[in-house]
Amino acid sequence: MNQFRGQSLSWQLKDGVVELALHREPCNEIGSIALEDLEKFAATLQALEDEAHTVIIYSELKSGFCAGADLRELYERSQQMEKQAAARGVRDFLERIHRVMNAIDASPLTTIAAVHGVTFGGGFELALTCDLIVADKMARFCFPEVRLGLIPGFGGIPRLKRDLGNAVVRDLLLTGRSFNATKAQQIGLVSQVVAEGEALRVARATAGQLGKFDRRTAAAAKKFIKPIPHEELQQEIGLFCELFMQPTVETGLRKFVESTDAQPYLP
Amino acid sequence: MTKVMSTPDQTLNEILNLAATHFKVPREKLTPDDDFFKTLGIDSLQALDLLTRLEHHFHIELPDYELQGVSDFRTLAGRIQARL
Repeated sequence: MNQFRGQSLSWQLKDGVVELALHREPCNEIGSIALEDLEKFAATLQALEDEAHTVIIYSELKSGFCAGADLRELYERSQQMEKQAAARGVRDFLERIHRVMNAIDASPLTTIAAVHGVTFGGGFELALTCDLIVADKMARFCFPEVRLGLIPGFGGIPRLKRDLGNAVVRDLLLTGRSFNATKAQQIGLVSQVVAEGEALRVARATAGQLGKFDRRTAAAAKKFIKPIPHEELQQEIGLFCELFMQPTVETGLRKFVESTDAQPYLP
Repeated sequence: MTKVMSTPDQTLNEILNLAATHFKVPREKLTPDDDFFKTLGIDSLQALDLLTRLEHHFHIELPDYELQGVSDFRTLAGRIQARL
């Protein structure tokens, strides 16, 4: 299947480049619908390997790349069932999204996240699965989970540890503050910062360059330089589920969902 | 090259100019004590956009928790001035 259009995303293969476009309002929150679409993409990725050399992930929405997990859905579903069943549901969701993230992370294709605007939580984690991040200068990165009494749950901590210095990881996770693309490049997260509206064009230009090389070279290099931290990823799921059972998390989620505050995205 | 330190009034004025330009609000309608959420008609995502523009403009890093509870231009200018 060389192209697909789902409720939350679409993809197409053209000239050796797979473009995965996120398009679920308001800001590509990852809930059950997005998860199902992402699973379809992950299941197709291997079949695309014969014809493609690069994957570009980007958002069609002005608001940003992705605001992370769909907290409203998480809260509403957890309210509809007893606590243990809700915890099992969360674990199941995390296991499934981890399989998607691991499939993208481990793909022999070179992966590029072209990000702009809000790149928060699970959206940040999706970008972290990619080999390269090209950031619009207005992109903003954040792990706001600490505000809810949680940690990132889509594989963010092991991937941050793999890719960045520990002091930066502590800053991100313990303060929950956001930072801009320039800072993200300074700490080694982002490979290129580009002018407003230019991230996708630059990602495509980069993909064009990558297409000139024998893709077996990139695949071999990735195996060597980009290990998947499987054990830590499983630990993260366990820790997240433990924290999710705390009453403070339910309170935090309710506060977020019911908030009429103008600043819910400002940690 | 010596960097000339902005005065608080200059910082405030630059913020008002930037906000007026980007959010397409007549500059004369903005005053230092305005609630910028109301005056500019912006939501939290647009506030983050404003924060990012201000960081680029002033070449500073402004953690968003410094803006918690801040909604007027004058206080915002004070937070920025403290990092220049």
